[in-house]
Amino acid sequence: MTDIVLSTKGLSMRFGGLTAVSDLNISIGKNEIVGLIGPNGAGKTTAFNVITGMYRPSAGQVFYRDKDITGSKPHVITEKGIARTFQNIRLFRSMTVLENVLVGCNLSISSGLFSATLNLPAYRKKEAAAREFAMALLDKVGLTEAAGKEATSLPYGQQRRLEIVRALATHPALLLLDEPAAGMNPQESLELMAFIHTLRDEFDLTIFLIEHHMQVVMGVCDHMYVLDYGITIAHGDPASIQKDPKVIEAYLGVDDAGNK
Amino acid sequence: MKMNKNQLYTVVALCAILLFIVIADNCFDAFTLRVFNLCAIYIILALSLNLLNGFTGLFSLGHAGFMAVGAYVCALLTMPPELKEMNYFLTPIVPILKNITLPFFPSLLIAGLASALVGLLIGAPVLRLKDDYLAIATLGFSEIIRVLITNAQPITNGAQGLKGLPRFSTTYTVWAVAGVVVLFMVLLMRSSYGRAMKAVRDDDLAAEAMGINVFKVKVTSFTVSSFWAGIGGALLGHMITTIDPKMFTFSLTYNIVLIVVLGGVGSITGSVLAAILVTVLMEALRFLDEPMNFLFIHTGGLPGLRMVVFSVLLMIVVIFRQKGIMGGKELSWASVAAFRERHSRKGRPQ
Repeated sequence: MTDIVLSTKGLSMRFGGLTAVSDLNISIGKNEIVGLIGPNGAGKTTAFNVITGMYRPSAGQVFYRDKDITGSKPHVITEKGIARTFQNIRLFRSMTVLENVLVGCNLSISSGLFSATLNLPAYRKKEAAAREFAMALLDKVGLTEAAGKEATSLPYGQQRRLEIVRALATHPALLLLDEPAAGMNPQESLELMAFIHTLRDEFDLTIFLIEHHMQVVMGVCDHMYVLDYGITIAHGDPASIQKDPKVIEAYLGVDDAGNK
Repeated sequence: MKMNKNQLYTVVALCAILLFIVIADNCFDAFTLRVFNLCAIYIILALSLNLLNGFTGLFSLGHAGFMAVGAYVCALLTMPPELKEMNYFLTPIVPILKNITLPFFPSLLIAGLASALVGLLIGAPVLRLKDDYLAIATLGFSEIIRVLITNAQPITNGAQGLKGLPRFSTTYTVWAVAGVVVLFMVLLMRSSYGRAMKAVRDDDLAAEAMGINVFKVKVTSFTVSSFWAGIGGALLGHMITTIDPKMFTFSLTYNIVLIVVLGGVGSITGSVLAAILVTVLMEALRFLDEPMNFLFIHTGGLPGLRMVVFSVLLMIVVIFRQKGIMGGKELSWASVAAFRERHSRKGRPQ
C-alpha cells in the first residue's frame, strides 16, 4: 500500500439549493495518476475548487498527507505543495512566458519588500536561481525560444503547456490538472497524456486530473473516479470503469424503456 | 565594466535633466519655477496612484485623503511654536504638539509613515472589496479624513487651515524625491514583488493558485502608495506654504487620476510624461478662465473653463486610446529607436 497524498471525507459543496458535489470520498496514493471524469456539469471543477481552497466546502474534510487542510486559503494550500491549472487558461496577460513561470517561483523568492526593491545580494541570488529554474522548466516543454514572447501570443497548445509549467514552478508534490486536453484533437490529447506521464516520473509527482473524454485518460490513469450530478457513481481501474453500466448510462443515457 | 550604448545614453540623459534642473533653479522666474516644481510633485503623486491603479489593478479614488494626512503631519512637525500660536487663534493647539519642531526631512519621513499607517488601517477592511465598490469606499474614506481634519480644531486648526509654513520644498528637494520615486518604482516593478502585483492585476485567482497571498500584496501596495501620497502631500504643503482641508477634495484626486489615465495605466514613463504635460497645461490654459474677447463675443471670465479642456482630453483618450499615451509600455532607448525606424521608413517613397 502506498502512502496517501490526498484524501477527502464526505466532501460536499452546495450552492443554495444546488448540490454541486455530494459526499465525495477519494484517496490518492503517492505517484499515482488519478482521473476524475464525468459529463458536463458533473461537479468536477467544483471538486477541484474545494480541494484547492477556492471554495469552502459545505460539509466534509480534505486531507493532504494526513493533515486537515479544509478551508485553508488557496495560497496556503499551494505553499503546502498542491498546484493546479485551470480549465479556461488563466495566464497572466501582460507578462512574458518567462515572467509567467517566475510568478510561479514567487514562493521560493519570497523576500521582504525592501530587499527585493533594493536588489540586495540575498534577493539577487534567489532571483537568479529562480530564473535558471524557470528556464530549465521551459526547456523541458520546448518553450525556451518563446521565453521572451507575450504569454497570450502563444498558440493554444503551448499556452496549455505553459500553464502546467507555471504550476510546476511552485514545486508541487501534487498537481491538479483541470481538463488539460480541452480543445485538443485526439492525437494531441494522447501526446499530452504521454507528457503527463513523463512529468510524473521526472518530478516525482502525484497527479489528479479532470477529463471530459473518457478515452483520453484510459491509458494514463492508475484509477479513476466518475462523477455525475455531483455523485460518485463509480471508482476503479480504467478497464472496469469502461464496462461499468452506470458510467455508460451517465455518458450515453438510456431511453425510456431502459435500453442502452 | 564596459557600458553599452544605451547605458551611455541614459547617463547623458540624466546629466541633461540634472543640468536643466540647475538652470531652472537659477534662471526661471518665480512663477515658472513654481510650475516646474509642481511637475515633480505631480510625478510623485501620479506614480504612487499608478502603483495602485495601474500595477496592482485596484481602482482607488482616495488619494487626496492620504495627501492630506501627509501634509498636515509634516506641517505640524515643522512649524515653530510661535507660528503655531499665530495660526491657532480661535482654538489653542493641544499642548503636546505645540512645542514639537523637527527638521524637514525627518518630518517628511514621519508624514509618509503616518500616511502609510492610515493606508494600512483603511486598506485592511476596504481591500476586501473589488472594482467600483473599492473606488467608492476609498473615495468615502478620503472624504472622512477631510471631514475629520476640518473638525479636529485643536489639532489641525480646522477649516482655517495652516498658514505660513516654512518653504522647504525647494527645486532640488522636490526633484530629488521625484527621482527617488521613479527609481523605486522601476526597481519594484523589476522585482518579484512587482511581478506578484502585476499577477494580481492580471488574474487574482491564478495568482492565488501560484501561492501569492493576494490580500497581502494588495495591502502592501495600498500602504506603499499611501506612503508616497503622504510624501507628495507634505511637499505640496511646504511649497504652497498654506494648507487647508478644502485643498484635499475629490478634485485633487481627479487631477491625479487624469494624469495616470492620460499617461497610461501601468506605465512609469507614461505617468512622468503626463504629469509634466498636465501640470504645464493647467497653467498654460489659465487664460481660458479670464474674460475674453472674440471679435463680437465677450466672455466675462468663466472660472473652471480650462478644466473643460481636460475633461474633453480625457474623453478623447477614453474613446480613442484607452491605454493612454504610453499604453502600459515603458519608454526606453529601444522603443525610441523602433519609433524612429518606423517613421523614417514611412517618409521614404516605397
